[in-house]
Amino acid sequence: MDYIGIDIGSTSAKTVVMDHEANIIHSFIVPTGWSSFDAEKRIEEELRGRIGKSGQFHCVSTGYGRNAVSWADRRVTEITCHAKGASFLFGGGSINVIDIGGQDTKVISVSSGKVIEFFMNEKCAAGTGKFLEVLSGRLNISPEELDHLAERHTEDLSISSMCTVFAESEVVSLAGKGESKENLAFGVLRSVAEKVAALYGRLSDPGTSRIVLTGGLCRHVFFHKILSDTLMQQVTSCPSALYAGAIGAALLCRDFNTISQH
Amino acid sequence: MMTNRKGICMEVIKDLPEVFDTFAEQRRNSFLTVKEYKEKGIPIVGSYCSYFPKEIAMAAGAAPVSLCSTSGETIPEAEKDLPRNLCPLIKSSYGFAKTQKCPYFYFSDLVVGETTCDGKKKMYELMSGFKDVHIMRLPDKQDEEALDAWEKEILKLKDVIEEKFGTNITDEKVREAVSVNNQANLALEALCTVMRHDPCPITGHDLFRVLNGSQFKFDRKKLPEEIDTLRVKIESDYAGGRMIDRRPRILITGCPMGGATEKVIDAVEDNGGIVVGFENCSGEKNFGIQVDETADDIYRAIARRYLDIGCSVMSPNPNRLKTLGRMIDDYHADGVLEMDLQTCLTYEVESAKIRSFVTGEKGIPYLQVETDYSQSDIGQLNTRIAAFIEMI
Repeated sequence: MDYIGIDIGSTSAKTVVMDHEANIIHSFIVPTGWSSFDAEKRIEEELRGRIGKSGQFHCVSTGYGRNAVSWADRRVTEITCHAKGASFLFGGGSINVIDIGGQDTKVISVSSGKVIEFFMNEKCAAGTGKFLEVLSGRLNISPEELDHLAERHTEDLSISSMCTVFAESEVVSLAGKGESKENLAFGVLRSVAEKVAALYGRLSDPGTSRIVLTGGLCRHVFFHKILSDTLMQQVTSCPSALYAGAIGAALLCRDFNTISQH
Repeated sequence: MMTNRKGICMEVIKDLPEVFDTFAEQRRNSFLTVKEYKEKGIPIVGSYCSYFPKEIAMAAGAAPVSLCSTSGETIPEAEKDLPRNLCPLIKSSYGFAKTQKCPYFYFSDLVVGETTCDGKKKMYELMSGFKDVHIMRLPDKQDEEALDAWEKEILKLKDVIEEKFGTNITDEKVREAVSVNNQANLALEALCTVMRHDPCPITGHDLFRVLNGSQFKFDRKKLPEEIDTLRVKIESDYAGGRMIDRRPRILITGCPMGGATEKVIDAVEDNGGIVVGFENCSGEKNFGIQVDETADDIYRAIARRYLDIGCSVMSPNPNRLKTLGRMIDDYHADGVLEMDLQTCLTYEVESAKIRSFVTGEKGIPYLQVETDYSQSDIGQLNTRIAAFIEMI
């Protein structure tokens, strides 16, 4: 029996296939593109190639496009899935999870894989992947390059506008004054870190638990340093935390089906 | 029509879904009633808020009506005069008034407003430019000094109404109105208690449709019988096995709800939860407190009843915590969901206190969502509220 977790986010769709012992046997990402239904078709195709037509499986879908997976046994929100997935990756005690997604950023207080409390950004792109996407586009680089460039910054530049549209014009005007790309990249990442830190501060217990980062910025190693400096606490992440939502979904899928079998 | 045991003709008791639909359509169905009242020469007094002491209007032989304020339809028109980043309830109220799209407003001879929050207070000033608006000065605390001031405001309202409609409001008429309104409130309160059952007999949205629709039943005298019949029917159906499967039980608190913001009730009930009660102006705040009918000074008793409402405009506001705590226990709530309207400062600031009371003292999860009258945040609301229900 295979347990499939599918996390269709606004930017990318993550899929994880687990076996009965919770070993990850497949994982892959497809860009969500314009439609979560379209992304779901591509995922289905990829899965067919990997686990074949005859394989027996169960599936839980999550993320904003969770309803596109019509054949999933259940649909669970990304908050519950990230909590479950992060506990699997980083240990089951008390952790505070920061998930920076394409259009939503969440902070989740977790104990033994269960959500205790969570907060999400309001109707605004500040502090989300969308902000990075727009601003890196303006700098004519990919979001990944932003991290490498920022590492070589010479000044701790600040971008004061929280609004994505205003921040974009602020970057344009700073660039027009001859500010270096490296410093601007740093400013953009720090802006995200500050917005995330403000959201993080709303948790009832921000101080004592370990902080882990999931979602799109798991591979931005220099960003982890900026975020740790802003929060004045160590932030831990790992490359597979990009799959935390899908891993959580697969684990929940395994839980649901093993419990119901008894 | 059929005949009951006493030989009186009565309408066949309808099935529950039909009753709920009738209540949901009450607002629209009463458009004609208000016109008929008008033609019969019955004065109409419009209001927006739970603080309005209906009894005074009723004692004058006038019909008190709730005015339209829950749809986003008239907000663009309101924003020609009002700032965009203002509470949608205030914008909607003003928009309906200005565009004459609310028949109840159109037919109101007098509109009574209260100085609850700053936004409403200043909006009423603008509204007075095209309507006869009387503004009651509501104190922001609940001590004896405030009670004295509020009693004076109620007496002033009596004078205004007497003069406006050329009537004499006697103590006797006031006491009669108090009794009628108490009975109506008690019937609504009793109806809410059906949600104490676990599992629940009906959905929270169906209960809401009745509570909301009952505001547009102008004949308050007839209301108790109708509501009691419905309650008995729900209870007997429940005894017969009609119920909703067991789900996480959510208590709603916060700003007034209705129309556009019913999306929040749907978000709970479409995602596997059930709303068991409303600690807001659609529920407890509106009918959970009664006037002491035996009081020597009936005006002081009315003043006390309304001043006791646990609205966030009060500072401090101990009654909200008291009511909320009692409701969490009575309705076996598994979680509290606070719905605040965008830019409603008093509720938003108070939410920190509510959060610590609910999660600390009562030990159950709490979620606050901020929304407006648009439908653009339904996806986000669903995710937040579904995750909240998954926590339970």
